[in-house]
Order: sequence, then C-alpha cells, then structure tokens
Amino acid sequence: MVVAIGFEGSANKLGVGIVSDGVVLSNVRHTYHAPAGQGFLPRDTAAHHRKHVLDVLRRALDEARVTPADIDCVCFTKGPGMGAPLVSVAVVARTVAQLWRKPLVAVNHCVGHIEMGRLVTGARSPTVLYVSGGNTQVIAYSQQKYRIFGETIDIAVGNCLDRFARVLKLSNDPSPGYNIEQLAKQGTKYVELPYVVKGMDVSFSGILSHIESQGREKLERGECTAADLCYSLQETVFAMLVEITERAMAHCGSQEVLIVGGVGCNVRLQEMMATMAEERGGKVFATDERYCIDNGAMIAQAGWEMFRSGQVARLEDTWITQRYRTDEVEVTWRTD
Amino acid sequence: MSAEKECDSRLDWKLLKQGAEARVYSCMYLGKPAVVKERFVKTYRLPELDKKLTHRRMSQEVRSMARCRKHGIRAPAVFHFDATRRLIVMEHVTDGTLLKDYITSLNGGSKREEKLSNLVELIGSVLAQMHDIDLIHGDLTTSNMIFNAERRELTLIDFGLSYVSSLAEDKGVDLYVLERAFLSSHPNTETQFQILLDSYTRHSKKARAVVQKLDEVRTRGRKRTMVG
Repeated sequence: MVVAIGFEGSANKLGVGIVSDGVVLSNVRHTYHAPAGQGFLPRDTAAHHRKHVLDVLRRALDEARVTPADIDCVCFTKGPGMGAPLVSVAVVARTVAQLWRKPLVAVNHCVGHIEMGRLVTGARSPTVLYVSGGNTQVIAYSQQKYRIFGETIDIAVGNCLDRFARVLKLSNDPSPGYNIEQLAKQGTKYVELPYVVKGMDVSFSGILSHIESQGREKLERGECTAADLCYSLQETVFAMLVEITERAMAHCGSQEVLIVGGVGCNVRLQEMMATMAEERGGKVFATDERYCIDNGAMIAQAGWEMFRSGQVARLEDTWITQRYRTDEVEVTWRTD
Repeated sequence: MSAEKECDSRLDWKLLKQGAEARVYSCMYLGKPAVVKERFVKTYRLPELDKKLTHRRMSQEVRSMARCRKHGIRAPAVFHFDATRRLIVMEHVTDGTLLKDYITSLNGGSKREEKLSNLVELIGSVLAQMHDIDLIHGDLTTSNMIFNAERRELTLIDFGLSYVSSLAEDKGVDLYVLERAFLSSHPNTETQFQILLDSYTRHSKKARAVVQKLDEVRTRGRKRTMVG
C-alpha cells in the first residue's frame, strides 16, 4: 500500500489531499476569494495560503485518519501557476517531508488534473479538454507524453469568463464562473459575438474586448440584459471548445473525452460535450467540483503514480516554476 | 440539378469518415469517383450560431478550393454545392495516402529521415505558394493533406476554416497551427519542421514577416505563463 499526500496552491485554491492506492482518504480545500470586481493578486493569495495551510494539513490528516508515519511520499505542485502562492505551499511540503523523513515528488499541475480525472471517471485513454482560469488545452496521450494538440493562443477561457464577471461586478464566491453560469440560465437572447477557431487552437481575447465594449453599450441602451450576455458568452466560447475537442478526437481517432479543470464543472459545457460525443458514438467523462476545481488529492494521485514509477525529486530540485508545460513531463507510469 | 440525382442514389453512398465537421461519403458523380461532404447539424451549438458557421464555412471551402486550383495548387475539384442540404460534392482524390498515415508508415523503415525531409520540403513550398495568393487554410494538419510519393504531389483538403487574408499575422498563425499538429501527431520531428520552414522561406516572397510573426505567436502560446 502506498499512501501519498498532495499539496496544491498554484492559484487561489489551497488544498491538501491524501490518496492511498486509488482511494481518496481526504481532500481538504480552502479558497481565497477576492472582492467582487477584482481578480486575486499573487501577494494576497500567498498570504491566504500561508495563513491557512497548517490548519488545512491538520484537517486532511485527521479526516484520513493517518499519521505522518503512514505516509510514503510528499507531493507538491511544482508548476505551472503563480509564483508566490506556489512557493508558500512548496515550503510547507519541503518542511514536512524533512520532519517526517519522506521523499518528495514534484508534480505538474496539469498532469495532476488529468490523472485525477482518469482515476475518478475510469476513462482509459481519453482526449482531454483542460479548461481553467489559467489553461485551455486539448491533450492526448501518446508515447510517454501528454501531448498538446490544441490550446488558446492568448488568454484562457476561465480568464475570459472571470474578467467578464468583473465587468458585471459579479461575486467571486464561490467562483465568478459559477455565478456567470447561474445568471446565464436566465438569458434568452443570443447576442452575436466573434467566433475564433484556428484549427485545433482557439482565441478568446478578441471576444472579451468585444463583449466588454459592445456588450456594455448594448446593456446601457437596454437592448439586452446581463443574463443575455452571460448566456451568449457561454454559448459562444463553449461551442468553440467543443469544436476543437471534436477536431482533436477526429484527428487522433479517439472515442472518449474527459473534461478537467475549474471551468469543467460548468454543467452547460458538460452537456454540450456530451451531445457532441453522442453524435460521434463516443463518451464523455466529467467530474464534479470536488475534483474539477484545484485540490490536493489530484496532486497526491499524480504523485502516487510518479512515486511508484520511481520519479522522486532531490531536495535541491524541489524549486517551483511558473512555466511548466504539460508536454514536458515524462509519463513513466503508463505503459500504453 | 440535385446532388442526389447526379450521384448514385444515397443508398450507394459509402461512409468514408466522420470528421469533426462533416461526414464524408464516397460515390460516383456523372461517372467520376467523387466524395460527398455533408455537414450535419451540430446540435450542441445554438441553431442560429450553427447555421451561420456552417453556411460561412461551406462557401469559404468551395471558394478556396477553386482559388487553389486556379493558381496551380492541388485541391479537389468542386462538382456540386448545395447550401440547403449542406452538401459539397467534390473530386475523390484516390491516388495518394493521407499524410498522417504516410508519415506513420515510415516509422522504423529505411531512409525515413531522407523521405521525411523530402516530404516536408514539398509541404513548405506548397504552403508558400498558397500563402502568396493570400489564402489561409485555417486547419493545417497532417490529416488534411494527401500525398502521392511516386509523383511527389501534395493535395490540400478540408478548407472549411479557410479565408483570404494578406496579413502576416494570419499566415503566421496558420503555420503555428501546423507546427502544433505536426509535432504532437509525430513526436521527435522538430528538425523536420525546421526544414519545412526553411523551404517555406525559400519559396515565399513574403516569408520574412510571416516567420517573424510565427516566432511571436509561439511566445504567446507555447511558452507563455500558465497559471492554475
């Protein structure tokens, strides 16, 4: 039996989770919410993580009913993410690893999402749509790497949604995207927006500037409601995401699709993806907010795989990096 | 004339492939081997969005194929176009292999490097020619090219995302899309892609600005900061 503990804090979610041979023993999370109309800043987010991390760690150990002696490896997010929050959590991981005399495993955040999605849904070798506040990628596995087939060429889809939520001054609690999703349900009128797909890549910055300027004007003139704009924005950007996912599936000859990342818990996106998959005779796998949104268990799960295949980091290699691409990781734990 | 009347009856259509956009069937059209590309309704998108996109893409596709052929770039000939039925009937390119399959078939074989270099050299020159007439393909992948190794001919297909533009930015993104698809579909071909770019640079009159833009787009995408 291998027990792994994972520390995550690459963005505004702080999480510690414990996983033992595919079973999640605990998964505690504490989220930093910026005031409405604002994004989360690295400094404030890091301060939040430092303030709460020991409490979250204690709760994770208690809930899992394990003692440090039971743990086999300490996993933490090496990147990608915001520098200050990453460092503050990595310091804690390094400290407990030395106190408990356990090996450290440095995990790529995106790979964490993929491995957790595979574990929870049982998808074997899916095409992965990874959508969050910082990432938008279409990924498929081949020859020991998670290869990126398509991605955003500018901002992430979650960033586009978050920034539009700021325009509308929507609350950041539980998340701006969630509040957009709820408001969109009341939208009835489709406001035409740019639709930017380039092969398997997408672009969102033009859509954001368009809706920020034109949308605001339409709103002021009373031609549409805030709900209509949320609805139109979701319908447009999600259609783009489903389209590039389908294109990647056709290109790779794949029948399974897995959605991960914070935006992945949007039910409308899941519905659209399911419709697409059904039309192709394929299947969609999605997880709920426990695992879609950043959490500690996903880092523990990817770390568990890495640890078992011998990927352990020396202390001097446990630095963090803001830039760490999904396809840089050698996937030593898969044999297919 | 309806497509159905001139093609064999629909019952004789054979499904070749379900792509992301459309189903592709083989049939005969006035005695010639043809394919029917049928863009089915995408029920996941809003009907008004779907209709607009489909219509725009179909007419772009037909125009771009004609534009290529007019300038000596190999693309299927358009036989018939039916916007209401969402059908394009075009020449069936039978004397070649899908580039993706061809490249995969080279793996482990003799003279792989040499054959690959020769091939990417050709791709570079064809794309240079295409960009010089301001045509942006929009979905350059190795699934969208057909290669005849004997005659060393490359046919471009699937122009659904194509458009006309003279901007170096658009051409740069076009190459960027290919680079991503190429390297992810065919691991360890970085040097080959450079040969492709060199060939492109030699054959295109406006290559310098385009390659410069490509570098710019790469830093926007591949190496940009990624957060949580």
